[in-house]
Amino acid sequence: MLTGLCPLCDARIQLEADVLPGELVECPECAMELEVVSTHPIRLAEAPQEEEDWGE
Amino acid sequence: MRIGLLHSLIRKEEKLLIQEFRNRPGVELILIDDRQLILTPGQDGFSLDVLLERSINHSRALHALRWFESAGVRCINSSRVAFVCGNKLWTTEALSRRGIPQPRVKIAFTETSALQAMEELGYPVVLKPALGSWGRLLAKVNDRDAAEAILEHKTILGSYHHSIFYIQEYIEKRGRDIRSFVIGNECVAAIYRRSAHWITNTARGGQAENCPLTQDLRHISLQAARAVGGGVVAIDLFETENGLLVNEVNSTMEFKNSIHTTGIPIHRLIVDYVIAVARGGGGG
Repeated sequence: MLTGLCPLCDARIQLEADVLPGELVECPECAMELEVVSTHPIRLAEAPQEEEDWGE
Repeated sequence: MRIGLLHSLIRKEEKLLIQEFRNRPGVELILIDDRQLILTPGQDGFSLDVLLERSINHSRALHALRWFESAGVRCINSSRVAFVCGNKLWTTEALSRRGIPQPRVKIAFTETSALQAMEELGYPVVLKPALGSWGRLLAKVNDRDAAEAILEHKTILGSYHHSIFYIQEYIEKRGRDIRSFVIGNECVAAIYRRSAHWITNTARGGQAENCPLTQDLRHISLQAARAVGGGVVAIDLFETENGLLVNEVNSTMEFKNSIHTTGIPIHRLIVDYVIAVARGGGGG
């Protein structure tokens, strides 16, 4: 299990061993949606805001 | 075989697909992040046997798919399917051409003609952006006063494509609609989406529960999938006294809430289909 820090509330977030760059995770403390921007080392950033053509 | 997966953010759906591909012997999975992709004329298509498109941005997906196809890569879904499903006008046109039941729709390009179209359909009507997803910017228009206000706001405040007015008759859903999942030539599962609100998208809080696959539901779902060009699609349907009506068809379907709900491993079935297509089969 890997850990990262929430960039907003500083909570420690546990991540699966096979976590991928670009993966979306949710901070269990502040519920902010985060993107894993790097896995070596683990770095988390606020996920991009929804754009007009996002969807299915 | 080399399978490409075009993605932006990796949501639960993409993670499940990636894990499944990596468990399959003989599959080399190439992850292609559309945010880092640089396309150069004359270059090949990454020597892929097939590309599975899972981008979150419709415009990027559409352009990238066309590019990969021109390099000879078989794409799931094809750029044609993405084009038809990404624009409600073309979805409606494709369904209409095949005679597939859908709500009555009118399309207009000016405030005056849109108002006339709404009056002809009869209130309430639903005004939808031609491009868009997740139930965003839908408006239930109950009377002429609301129609005039919304049309004026969209014309003045919206970008140009908000003045392509897609107007659909309002169907009373009695608190639920249906989403079915089609992979190739099979309708594999369906859910009810329940909500007290008239918008039932799960992205807007609709609750998913299993929907039994009846013969009628399978039939109309497969017809709708074929009408837009086949592949891996999700069909949104209304139940009416006169049978099922196709509301929309989605070409980069989300399914994370439906695996547990239906008991169907949708991600595994998608991977089976992609591998079959890469081997030269797959149909649909």
